Amino acid sequence: MNLPMKWLSDFTDVSDIDIKSYCDRMTATGSKVEGYEILASDIENVVVGRILSTEKHPDADKLTVTKTDVGGDAPIQVITAATNIFPGAVVPVALVGAKLPGGVNIKKGKLRGLDSEGMFCSIAELSLTTHDMPDAIENGILILGEEYGDKIGCDIKDVLMLNDTVVEFEITSNRPDCLSVIGLARETAISFDRGYSIPEPEVKPLSDGDNVENYIKVDIEAPELCRRYSAAVVKNVKIAPSPLWLRMRLRAAGVRPINNIVDITNYVMLEYGQPMHAFDYKCLDGAHIIVREAAEGENFKSLDDIDHVLKSGMLVISDEKKAVALAGVMGGANSEITDSTATVVFESANFKGAEVRVAAKSLGMRTESSSRFEKGMDPEITMKALKRACELVQLLGAGDVVDGTIDVYPNKKQLTKLPLDVDKINNFLGVNLSGDYMAKVLTDLGCAVENGEIAVPSWRDDLGCMNDIAEEIIRIYGYDTIEATRFKSSLSAGGRTEKQQFTVDLSELLCGMGASEIQTFSFISPKYYDKMAMAENDVRRNSVVIANPLGEDTSIMRTTGIPSMLEILSRNSNYGNEAVSLFEFASVYTPREKYDDESENIHNLSGVLPKETVKIMLGSYGTGDFYTVKGMIENILSFCGIEKAVYAAKSDDPTFHPGRCASVSLSDGTAIGIFGELHPAAAENYGFSKKVYIAEIDYETIFANRNTKKQYTPLPKFPAMTRDFSFVCDESLEVGTIEDAMLKSGVKMLEDIKLFDIYRGHQLGDGKKSVSFKITLRAADRTLTDDEADSAVKKILSYLEKTLGITLRA
Amino acid sequence: MKEKLQKIKEEATAAINDVNADLEQIRIKYLGKKGELTSVLRGMGQLSAEERPIVGQIANEVRAYIEEQLASLVEKQKAAATAKKLAAEKIDVTVPGTASSVGKLHPLTKIQREMENIFLNMGFTIAEGPEVEYDYYNFQALNIPENHPARDTQDTFYISDNVLLRSQTSPVQVRTMEKQAPPIRVISPGRVYRSDAVDATHSPLFHQLEGLVVDKGITMGDLKGTLALFAQTMFGSETKIRFRPHHFPFTEPSAEVDVSCFVCGGKGCRLCKGEGWIEILGAGMVHPEVLRNCNIDPDEYSGFAFGMGIERIAMLSYKIDDMRMLYENDIRFLSQF
Repeated sequence: MNLPMKWLSDFTDVSDIDIKSYCDRMTATGSKVEGYEILASDIENVVVGRILSTEKHPDADKLTVTKTDVGGDAPIQVITAATNIFPGAVVPVALVGAKLPGGVNIKKGKLRGLDSEGMFCSIAELSLTTHDMPDAIENGILILGEEYGDKIGCDIKDVLMLNDTVVEFEITSNRPDCLSVIGLARETAISFDRGYSIPEPEVKPLSDGDNVENYIKVDIEAPELCRRYSAAVVKNVKIAPSPLWLRMRLRAAGVRPINNIVDITNYVMLEYGQPMHAFDYKCLDGAHIIVREAAEGENFKSLDDIDHVLKSGMLVISDEKKAVALAGVMGGANSEITDSTATVVFESANFKGAEVRVAAKSLGMRTESSSRFEKGMDPEITMKALKRACELVQLLGAGDVVDGTIDVYPNKKQLTKLPLDVDKINNFLGVNLSGDYMAKVLTDLGCAVENGEIAVPSWRDDLGCMNDIAEEIIRIYGYDTIEATRFKSSLSAGGRTEKQQFTVDLSELLCGMGASEIQTFSFISPKYYDKMAMAENDVRRNSVVIANPLGEDTSIMRTTGIPSMLEILSRNSNYGNEAVSLFEFASVYTPREKYDDESENIHNLSGVLPKETVKIMLGSYGTGDFYTVKGMIENILSFCGIEKAVYAAKSDDPTFHPGRCASVSLSDGTAIGIFGELHPAAAENYGFSKKVYIAEIDYETIFANRNTKKQYTPLPKFPAMTRDFSFVCDESLEVGTIEDAMLKSGVKMLEDIKLFDIYRGHQLGDGKKSVSFKITLRAADRTLTDDEADSAVKKILSYLEKTLGITLRA
Repeated sequence: MKEKLQKIKEEATAAINDVNADLEQIRIKYLGKKGELTSVLRGMGQLSAEERPIVGQIANEVRAYIEEQLASLVEKQKAAATAKKLAAEKIDVTVPGTASSVGKLHPLTKIQREMENIFLNMGFTIAEGPEVEYDYYNFQALNIPENHPARDTQDTFYISDNVLLRSQTSPVQVRTMEKQAPPIRVISPGRVYRSDAVDATHSPLFHQLEGLVVDKGITMGDLKGTLALFAQTMFGSETKIRFRPHHFPFTEPSAEVDVSCFVCGGKGCRLCKGEGWIEILGAGMVHPEVLRNCNIDPDEYSGFAFGMGIERIAMLSYKIDDMRMLYENDIRFLSQF
């Protein structure tokens, strides 16, 4: 809401307060000021002048030399290229030293050898338009009428009423009453503890025997959607531009002047907050206004010439044949005010907010009017606004106001009554204010306070309970006066849950392993599944879909963290970052048909929320190989106390290299995750030039199976013996199988197995490899002898030979 | 004999004074079995009984002297060798270290944890809830009925008519109040979604941290005290807070909360755009209707709630001027924190 300060001064006087203090105090009392603008501050030293004589420039065909009276002792010489000037014309003259919008500075200059001591201005040079100055031409000097002939030498800003300061307010949705000059005057008055007055509009009776009832009748067929409908008729209308003062007030408020009738409706809306509409009477069939619901599929062309198809439930203003306005949103093209309009019907009505909002939203036509109605307008002001409009018609001489008004108001609004509980309010706010002070604030706000009861004014529907009253009092008294206190509460164990702390600890572990954390959007493009080469029939393609996404890129909720990780890796690669290791705690969203546990569905609301879980994502390139990632996973599982994880080759996930991918699971088979090298086909989709490694670990599984309670194991008292040996075996025999076999060989003193080398060479033969292990043997109760160690090794070797058919490398 | 011994002493001393002397050879030459001093001593038998002890004493002195000289030279040579070795081992200490690489937490996580810890230390717990949420929890239970204009300020992503991506973490507060009887003292950090196109200050996904306290006798002064304590811990002990009246449907009274600029201390600078204050919070006393919706009697209990954007605080704290950096995840950016 833009508030021109001159308009405000019609209702309350704040001329003693500088603009900065005004804005600060208004913000402090709840009318937030976004900023203020001193209008025309970029125009300086431009005055009204009268051209006394014109002569052709001796050395330039297109220039004219003028003598111009600018109110000084002697006329000045101004040279111009303009062609619409003439001796006697009253024009704006920018004098030497003048400033004009756009940073233009006027200096004394020579034009083809002759001095020019100023410049005549066009409307554009004064930042005006033909809407602001309807008699002016676009290309040429602004010729002011003879009525300005006595203003020679006066500042153009005063003469054209450009001087004003406009304060921009951010009005919250609970205060539609403040979307008006009068509403803000009320707030201004209470903020600065001074009076204000709203003059009662006066309409002089025409007394010609004519009456509004001779013109129209109004019926409200949908009283639940239209609380009140007031109307008046103006005959003998003379459509013309509004006077300067009115145009300049609209301009300052940010509304474009059109013509006197339309300007009046806008003026009243800005002043009272009440949206108004004007119909051309001759377009109303049957002289009958019917407020009714639209028929499903009814056609309607709004006055901006757009065709709409209406739905039932939308409220229209109709005559006996057709809809002439979409109630509270916009008038129809069929009854628009035109230059030939002779009789006007003014509508000042009250429509229910929610329905106006739905209609405006679904038709994509939010207007100044609809945005006011949807916040809830006061039905008590329709008549005042209507009378103000009629008063302005008389003031402007825009037509003859027909005697009488129509006012259909089936259910008069009842005022809300609330108790004033002084102690409760003080205790709630943590202040100590007197009941008298509270009553004064409320009275100043328009409430009637009597015997501890507050009657809320009709324009304050937002006041409905003690909290609301407390806010009114404290915002005027000052939020800053509330003393900061520490609440008293019983001691409770704050802190993170075990799971929340687990996340914190894990993230620190991952950082310690050299991975940096990323945060990515939870929504992705469905195309990302193709990009990561997910199988067509993969269940993970079944994603939660956003009905109104910003774009395809963010249109579904991810079911896996892989696409996000790959996007980030690819971005880093494109930026030329040589090696990165990243992790993310990626939230994923899995649709479900029904709840696993019906108790989750607390309110028995239809629709089922997806399952939200977290995947621990690892992703890297340039920092190692498959075994680097595996090492990180081993560290994670070791941190979780999950000792016996099973790693198995996995060749059927198309995202991964079929020979360099593993699943990891608990010993009972519960899947923990998957990791490996990105499949070359997927890598190509992202344009990777380096090998990329990714892992996706299920957070819930490792949390549920964690064993993080630590218990001390005594250190060994006796020394260990180690033995190294190498086997030659088929390439296909996995190291894990050999290790498992050693563990199963029944040697109790086998404490540890460490692989230390895998060798391939032509002397071993094709498809063969040599695998070398160091084993550690130890007995808890004695130092082992060489013989004991040798026989243990023998037992292991013979078991390997028996079960796997492998023998020591010769 | 005496002269001979004296000569041996002089010769040996000269030999030993040569730094590069081969000490073993010198030892053998003078002190060895066939050495010069030994042979002199062997010739002692030819001396008279009177001379013998005198010469013997001199001979022993010469021997002791040579041995001493030799020992001292050994020490010197050892020290020289060590010094030479150490000199040869000198390294360039300005060559960068080779520590194993350490990853970094995302700046949003760092700031979120910092904020969380302040409240956890005040005895709060962290409440969590779904991001894909019912309209009921995101709006209706929070006193924002369907077709309420307040919905305009939070352009929302919908999944279906009554399921949406939460536009605030407040639904977690409702769920908490449904499950838990007062006293309640929780914070709810998390992801929220609004239909804003990506630019330097907007993102369709961002993070909020909200807080909720409900108990008997909670006052608006308590809200101020709690937020002041938070601001002072987060931004420095000199930080002041300022409440400005505002409107939120789920709190009444409501306030927007500014903190004094932690760069200029309130004098006005670029960060605070000359205002001296930075808006970081929305807060207020929980609306009685919201309490009633959660079966908490507003006549018995009162409470306050507050919320702030984690991105905003991260950007202010780290002087990040473009929100997109936070979601680009460029390692050159991430490794700065």
